[in-house]
Amino acid sequence: MGSWIWWTILGMAIVTYIPRAIPLTFLEGRELPPSIQNILRNIPFAVLGALIFPAIFFIQENIWFGVIGAAAAFGIALTGANVMVVVLGSITVLAVYSLFM
Amino acid sequence: MAQRGFSAGLKAGVSIAIGYFPVALTFGLLAKTTGLSLLEATAMSIFVFAGAAQYISLSLITAGVAPAVIILNTFIVNIRHFLMTASLNEKMQPDARWKKALYAFGITDESFSVLAIQKEDNVRTSFAAGVIMISYGSWVVFTALGHLIGANLPAFLQAAMSIALYAMFVGLLVPSMRGNRKVLSLAAIAAVLNSFFFFTELLSTGWAILVSTLASAVIIELISSKGGRS
Repeated sequence: MGSWIWWTILGMAIVTYIPRAIPLTFLEGRELPPSIQNILRNIPFAVLGALIFPAIFFIQENIWFGVIGAAAAFGIALTGANVMVVVLGSITVLAVYSLFM
Repeated sequence: MAQRGFSAGLKAGVSIAIGYFPVALTFGLLAKTTGLSLLEATAMSIFVFAGAAQYISLSLITAGVAPAVIILNTFIVNIRHFLMTASLNEKMQPDARWKKALYAFGITDESFSVLAIQKEDNVRTSFAAGVIMISYGSWVVFTALGHLIGANLPAFLQAAMSIALYAMFVGLLVPSMRGNRKVLSLAAIAAVLNSFFFFTELLSTGWAILVSTLASAVIIELISSKGGRS
Protein backbone atom coordinates (compact mmCIF):
# COMPACT_ATOMS: atom_id res chain seq x y z
CA MET A 1 0.00 0.00 0.00
CA GLY A 2 1.18 3.53 -0.71
CA SER A 3 1.24 6.55 1.54
CA TRP A 4 -2.48 7.04 0.89
CA ILE A 5 -3.24 4.26 3.38
CA TRP A 6 -1.64 6.37 6.11
CA TRP A 7 -3.73 9.39 5.14
CA THR A 8 -6.79 7.15 5.18
CA ILE A 9 -5.94 5.86 8.66
CA LEU A 10 -5.36 9.41 9.88
CA GLY A 11 -8.67 10.59 8.43
CA MET A 12 -10.51 7.61 9.91
CA ALA A 13 -8.92 8.29 13.29
CA ILE A 14 -10.06 11.91 13.28
CA VAL A 15 -13.65 11.30 12.20
CA THR A 16 -13.98 8.43 14.69
CA TYR A 17 -12.66 10.56 17.54
CA ILE A 18 -14.95 13.56 16.95
CA PRO A 19 -18.28 11.96 17.94
CA ARG A 20 -16.59 10.34 20.92
CA ALA A 21 -14.95 13.45 22.28
CA ILE A 22 -17.26 16.38 21.57
CA PRO A 23 -20.18 15.43 23.85
CA LEU A 24 -17.92 14.34 26.72
CA THR A 25 -15.86 17.52 26.71
CA PHE A 26 -18.42 20.08 25.54
CA LEU A 27 -21.15 18.97 27.94
CA GLU A 28 -18.81 18.81 30.96
CA GLY A 29 -20.17 21.01 33.76
CA ARG A 30 -23.32 21.90 31.80
CA GLU A 31 -26.72 21.23 33.31
CA LEU A 32 -29.13 20.03 30.62
CA PRO A 33 -32.93 20.42 30.83
CA PRO A 34 -34.48 17.58 32.92
CA SER A 35 -36.35 16.06 29.97
CA ILE A 36 -33.12 15.82 27.94
CA GLN A 37 -31.35 14.30 30.94
CA ASN A 38 -34.10 11.69 31.24
CA ILE A 39 -33.81 10.82 27.56
CA LEU A 40 -30.02 10.49 27.86
CA ARG A 41 -30.48 8.21 30.88
CA ASN A 42 -32.78 6.04 28.79
CA ILE A 43 -30.19 5.64 26.04
CA PRO A 44 -28.05 2.81 27.50
CA PHE A 45 -30.93 0.33 27.76
CA ALA A 46 -32.24 1.28 24.33
CA VAL A 47 -28.74 0.95 22.84
CA LEU A 48 -28.41 -2.56 24.25
CA GLY A 49 -31.73 -3.56 22.69
CA ALA A 50 -30.60 -2.27 19.31
CA LEU A 51 -27.10 -3.75 19.57
CA ILE A 52 -28.46 -7.20 20.44
CA PHE A 53 -31.34 -7.40 17.96
CA PRO A 54 -31.38 -8.52 15.27
CA ALA A 55 -27.56 -8.93 14.97
CA ILE A 56 -27.34 -11.71 17.57
CA PHE A 57 -29.15 -14.06 15.18
CA PHE A 58 -26.70 -13.47 12.35
CA ILE A 59 -23.34 -14.22 14.00
CA GLN A 60 -22.85 -17.12 11.58
CA GLU A 61 -24.34 -18.02 8.22
CA ASN A 62 -26.04 -20.95 9.91
CA ILE A 63 -28.82 -19.16 11.80
CA TRP A 64 -28.98 -21.89 14.47
CA PHE A 65 -25.76 -20.54 15.97
CA GLY A 66 -27.49 -17.26 16.61
CA VAL A 67 -30.71 -18.79 17.84
CA ILE A 68 -28.99 -21.23 20.21
CA GLY A 69 -26.44 -18.61 21.29
CA ALA A 70 -29.18 -16.09 22.07
CA ALA A 71 -31.20 -18.68 23.98
CA ALA A 72 -28.10 -19.67 25.96
CA ALA A 73 -27.17 -16.06 26.75
CA PHE A 74 -30.66 -15.09 27.90
CA GLY A 75 -31.12 -18.38 29.74
CA ILE A 76 -27.87 -18.02 31.68
CA ALA A 77 -28.41 -14.30 32.34
CA LEU A 78 -31.90 -14.95 33.72
CA THR A 79 -30.43 -17.21 36.41
CA GLY A 80 -28.76 -14.07 37.77
CA ALA A 81 -25.25 -15.05 36.65
CA ASN A 82 -22.73 -12.25 36.15
CA VAL A 83 -21.63 -11.02 32.72
CA MET A 84 -18.49 -13.14 32.55
CA VAL A 85 -20.43 -16.33 33.23
CA VAL A 86 -22.96 -15.37 30.56
CA VAL A 87 -20.16 -14.81 28.02
CA LEU A 88 -18.16 -17.96 28.77
CA GLY A 89 -21.29 -20.06 29.19
CA SER A 90 -22.70 -19.00 25.82
CA ILE A 91 -19.37 -19.69 24.10
CA THR A 92 -19.24 -23.15 25.69
CA VAL A 93 -22.79 -24.01 24.61
CA LEU A 94 -22.00 -23.03 21.00
CA ALA A 95 -18.65 -24.82 21.01
CA VAL A 96 -20.38 -28.02 22.12
CA TYR A 97 -23.12 -27.49 19.54
CA SER A 98 -20.67 -26.98 16.67
CA LEU A 99 -18.59 -29.99 17.67
CA PHE A 100 -21.62 -32.28 17.63
CA MET A 101 -23.50 -31.01 14.64
CA MET B 1 -19.45 1.05 45.30
CA ALA B 2 -18.74 4.68 44.48
CA GLN B 3 -15.01 4.17 44.98
CA ARG B 4 -14.43 1.53 42.32
CA GLY B 5 -11.33 2.47 40.40
CA PHE B 6 -8.84 1.24 37.85
CA SER B 7 -8.55 -2.42 38.83
CA ALA B 8 -12.33 -2.82 39.11
CA GLY B 9 -12.49 -1.29 35.63
CA LEU B 10 -9.99 -3.82 34.30
CA LYS B 11 -12.12 -6.59 35.75
CA ALA B 12 -15.32 -5.17 34.28
CA GLY B 13 -13.61 -4.95 30.90
CA VAL B 14 -12.45 -8.58 30.71
CA SER B 15 -15.61 -9.70 28.92
CA ILE B 16 -14.98 -7.03 26.26
CA ALA B 17 -11.40 -8.22 25.87
CA ILE B 18 -12.63 -11.81 25.38
CA GLY B 19 -15.23 -10.65 22.87
CA TYR B 20 -12.70 -8.57 20.91
CA PHE B 21 -10.24 -11.46 20.71
CA PRO B 22 -11.83 -13.32 17.75
CA VAL B 23 -13.00 -10.10 16.06
CA ALA B 24 -9.55 -8.49 16.18
CA LEU B 25 -7.81 -11.71 15.15
CA THR B 26 -10.02 -11.94 12.08
CA PHE B 27 -9.51 -8.25 11.35
CA GLY B 28 -5.72 -8.74 11.36
CA LEU B 29 -6.07 -11.70 9.05
CA LEU B 30 -8.42 -9.90 6.65
CA ALA B 31 -6.19 -6.82 6.64
CA LYS B 32 -3.32 -9.04 5.58
CA THR B 33 -5.30 -10.57 2.70
CA THR B 34 -6.41 -7.06 1.73
CA GLY B 35 -2.75 -6.14 1.36
CA LEU B 36 -2.08 -4.07 4.47
CA SER B 37 1.30 -4.59 6.10
CA LEU B 38 1.56 -5.61 9.75
CA LEU B 39 2.41 -2.01 10.63
CA GLU B 40 -0.52 -0.56 8.67
CA ALA B 41 -3.06 -3.02 10.06
CA THR B 42 -1.89 -2.54 13.64
CA ALA B 43 -1.74 1.24 13.20
CA MET B 44 -5.35 1.24 12.12
CA SER B 45 -6.36 -0.59 15.29
CA ILE B 46 -4.15 1.69 17.40
CA PHE B 47 -5.44 4.98 15.99
CA VAL B 48 -9.00 4.21 14.93
CA PHE B 49 -10.17 1.56 17.43
CA ALA B 50 -13.58 1.03 15.87
CA GLY B 51 -14.47 -2.51 14.85
CA ALA B 52 -17.32 -2.03 12.41
CA ALA B 53 -15.69 0.94 10.65
CA GLN B 54 -12.38 -0.90 10.31
CA TYR B 55 -14.03 -3.95 8.77
CA ILE B 56 -15.95 -1.81 6.32
CA SER B 57 -12.79 0.08 5.36
CA LEU B 58 -11.16 -3.20 4.31
CA SER B 59 -13.96 -4.04 1.91
CA LEU B 60 -13.85 -0.47 0.54
CA ILE B 61 -10.07 -0.67 0.08
CA THR B 62 -10.51 -3.95 -1.80
CA ALA B 63 -13.15 -2.29 -3.98
CA GLY B 64 -10.67 0.49 -4.78
CA VAL B 65 -12.79 3.23 -3.22
CA ALA B 66 -11.18 6.67 -2.78
CA PRO B 67 -9.76 7.47 0.69
CA ALA B 68 -12.13 10.44 1.12
CA VAL B 69 -15.11 8.14 0.66
CA ILE B 70 -13.69 5.62 3.15
CA ILE B 71 -13.24 8.42 5.68
CA LEU B 72 -16.75 9.79 5.11
CA ASN B 73 -18.16 6.31 5.49
CA THR B 74 -16.24 5.84 8.75
CA PHE B 75 -17.75 9.04 10.08
CA ILE B 76 -21.27 7.97 9.17
CA VAL B 77 -20.84 4.57 10.80
CA ASN B 78 -19.61 6.22 13.99
CA ILE B 79 -22.10 9.09 14.28
CA ARG B 80 -24.04 6.99 16.79
CA HIS B 81 -21.25 7.62 19.29
CA PHE B 82 -22.45 11.23 19.61
CA LEU B 83 -25.54 9.87 21.30
CA MET B 84 -23.64 7.39 23.43
CA THR B 85 -21.05 9.83 24.76
CA ALA B 86 -23.75 12.47 25.44
CA SER B 87 -25.54 9.85 27.50
CA LEU B 88 -22.32 8.69 29.15
CA ASN B 89 -21.54 12.26 30.18
CA GLU B 90 -24.55 12.14 32.54
CA LYS B 91 -23.10 9.04 34.16
CA MET B 92 -19.42 9.92 34.59
CA GLN B 93 -17.87 11.83 37.46
CA PRO B 94 -17.16 15.46 36.55
CA ASP B 95 -13.50 15.73 35.68
CA ALA B 96 -10.92 17.85 33.87
CA ARG B 97 -11.72 18.24 30.18
CA TRP B 98 -8.34 16.84 29.07
CA LYS B 99 -8.96 13.63 30.99
CA LYS B 100 -12.36 13.25 29.42
CA ALA B 101 -10.90 14.00 25.99
CA LEU B 102 -8.38 11.24 26.66
CA TYR B 103 -10.77 8.47 27.65
CA ALA B 104 -13.29 9.58 25.01
CA PHE B 105 -10.94 7.90 22.53
CA GLY B 106 -11.74 4.54 24.07
CA ILE B 107 -15.53 4.72 23.90
CA THR B 108 -16.89 1.93 21.72
CA ASP B 109 -20.32 0.28 21.67
CA GLU B 110 -18.91 -2.22 24.14
CA SER B 111 -17.07 0.06 26.57
CA PHE B 112 -20.03 2.44 26.50
CA SER B 113 -22.38 -0.40 27.41
CA VAL B 114 -20.23 -1.55 30.33
CA LEU B 115 -19.76 1.99 31.69
CA ALA B 116 -23.33 3.20 31.20
CA ILE B 117 -24.86 0.16 32.88
CA GLN B 118 -22.92 0.57 36.16
CA LYS B 119 -25.13 0.93 39.21
CA GLU B 120 -23.43 3.96 40.76
CA ASP B 121 -24.24 7.46 39.53
CA ASN B 122 -20.73 8.89 39.38
CA VAL B 123 -18.58 6.40 37.56
CA ARG B 124 -14.95 7.27 38.20
CA THR B 125 -12.54 8.25 35.46
CA SER B 126 -10.08 5.62 36.70
CA PHE B 127 -12.78 2.92 36.35
CA ALA B 128 -13.31 4.01 32.73
CA ALA B 129 -9.54 3.94 32.19
CA GLY B 130 -9.45 0.33 33.37
CA VAL B 131 -12.33 -0.79 31.15
CA ILE B 132 -10.79 0.94 28.14
CA MET B 133 -7.22 -0.18 28.77
CA ILE B 134 -8.05 -3.88 28.71
CA SER B 135 -10.44 -3.60 25.73
CA TYR B 136 -8.00 -1.50 23.72
CA GLY B 137 -5.10 -3.78 24.62
CA SER B 138 -7.03 -6.80 23.40
CA TRP B 139 -8.05 -5.05 20.17
CA VAL B 140 -4.53 -3.92 19.26
CA VAL B 141 -2.60 -7.01 20.35
CA PHE B 142 -4.93 -9.48 18.65
CA THR B 143 -5.04 -7.42 15.45
CA ALA B 144 -1.26 -7.72 15.25
CA LEU B 145 -1.38 -11.41 16.16
CA GLY B 146 -4.03 -12.13 13.52
CA HIS B 147 -1.82 -10.53 10.89
CA LEU B 148 1.33 -12.26 12.15
CA ILE B 149 0.04 -15.79 12.37
CA GLY B 150 -2.13 -15.27 9.30
CA ALA B 151 -4.57 -17.93 10.38
CA ASN B 152 -7.80 -18.06 12.24
CA LEU B 153 -9.00 -19.97 15.26
CA PRO B 154 -10.23 -23.53 14.71
CA ALA B 155 -13.61 -23.21 12.95
CA PHE B 156 -15.70 -24.48 15.87
CA LEU B 157 -14.09 -22.06 18.30
CA GLN B 158 -14.36 -19.14 15.88
CA ALA B 159 -18.05 -19.88 15.42
CA ALA B 160 -18.64 -20.30 19.15
CA MET B 161 -16.75 -17.13 20.09
CA SER B 162 -18.72 -15.00 17.67
CA ILE B 163 -21.49 -14.95 20.30
CA ALA B 164 -19.19 -13.35 22.92
CA LEU B 165 -19.96 -9.64 22.47
CA TYR B 166 -23.69 -10.25 22.10
CA ALA B 167 -23.70 -12.48 25.16
CA MET B 168 -22.01 -9.63 27.00
CA PHE B 169 -24.71 -7.18 25.92
CA VAL B 170 -27.33 -9.67 27.12
CA GLY B 171 -25.49 -10.15 30.40
CA LEU B 172 -25.45 -6.37 30.94
CA LEU B 173 -29.09 -5.84 29.97
CA VAL B 174 -30.90 -8.68 31.72
CA PRO B 175 -30.11 -7.78 35.37
CA SER B 176 -31.42 -4.21 34.82
CA MET B 177 -34.42 -5.54 32.93
CA ARG B 178 -35.71 -7.90 35.59
CA GLY B 179 -38.72 -6.42 37.36
CA ASN B 180 -38.26 -3.12 35.55
CA ARG B 181 -40.83 -2.56 32.84
CA LYS B 182 -39.29 0.72 31.77
CA VAL B 183 -35.91 -0.87 30.98
CA LEU B 184 -37.62 -3.80 29.28
CA SER B 185 -39.69 -1.43 27.12
CA LEU B 186 -36.66 0.69 26.21
CA ALA B 187 -34.74 -2.34 25.00
CA ALA B 188 -37.74 -3.95 23.31
CA ILE B 189 -38.82 -0.88 21.34
CA ALA B 190 -35.26 -0.19 20.16
CA ALA B 191 -34.86 -3.87 19.23
CA VAL B 192 -38.08 -3.92 17.21
CA LEU B 193 -37.27 -0.65 15.42
CA ASN B 194 -33.70 -1.73 14.65
CA SER B 195 -34.94 -5.09 13.32
CA PHE B 196 -37.46 -3.24 11.17
CA PHE B 197 -34.70 -1.07 9.67
CA PHE B 198 -32.54 -4.14 9.18
CA PHE B 199 -35.09 -6.27 7.36
CA THR B 200 -36.52 -3.45 5.23
CA GLU B 201 -32.95 -2.21 4.52
CA LEU B 202 -34.33 1.28 5.05
CA LEU B 203 -31.23 2.46 6.95
CA SER B 204 -27.64 1.25 7.15
CA THR B 205 -26.52 -0.33 10.45
CA GLY B 206 -24.96 2.78 11.99
CA TRP B 207 -27.99 4.98 11.32
CA ALA B 208 -30.43 2.23 12.25
CA ILE B 209 -28.89 1.86 15.72
CA LEU B 210 -28.84 5.64 16.20
CA VAL B 211 -32.43 6.23 15.10
CA SER B 212 -33.97 3.26 16.90
CA THR B 213 -32.13 4.06 20.13
CA LEU B 214 -33.11 7.72 20.12
CA ALA B 215 -36.71 7.00 19.13
CA SER B 216 -37.10 4.45 21.91
CA ALA B 217 -35.55 6.75 24.53
CA VAL B 218 -37.83 9.64 23.52
CA ILE B 219 -41.00 7.54 23.31
CA ILE B 220 -40.47 6.08 26.79
CA GLU B 221 -39.67 9.51 28.23
CA LEU B 222 -42.90 10.92 26.74
CA ILE B 223 -44.93 8.04 28.17
CA SER B 224 -43.35 8.07 31.61
CA SER B 225 -43.51 11.87 32.02
CA LYS B 226 -47.19 11.83 31.03
CA GLY B 227 -47.84 9.02 33.48
CA GLY B 228 -46.24 11.21 36.14
CA ARG B 229 -43.79 8.54 37.29
CA SER B 230 -40.34 7.60 36.17
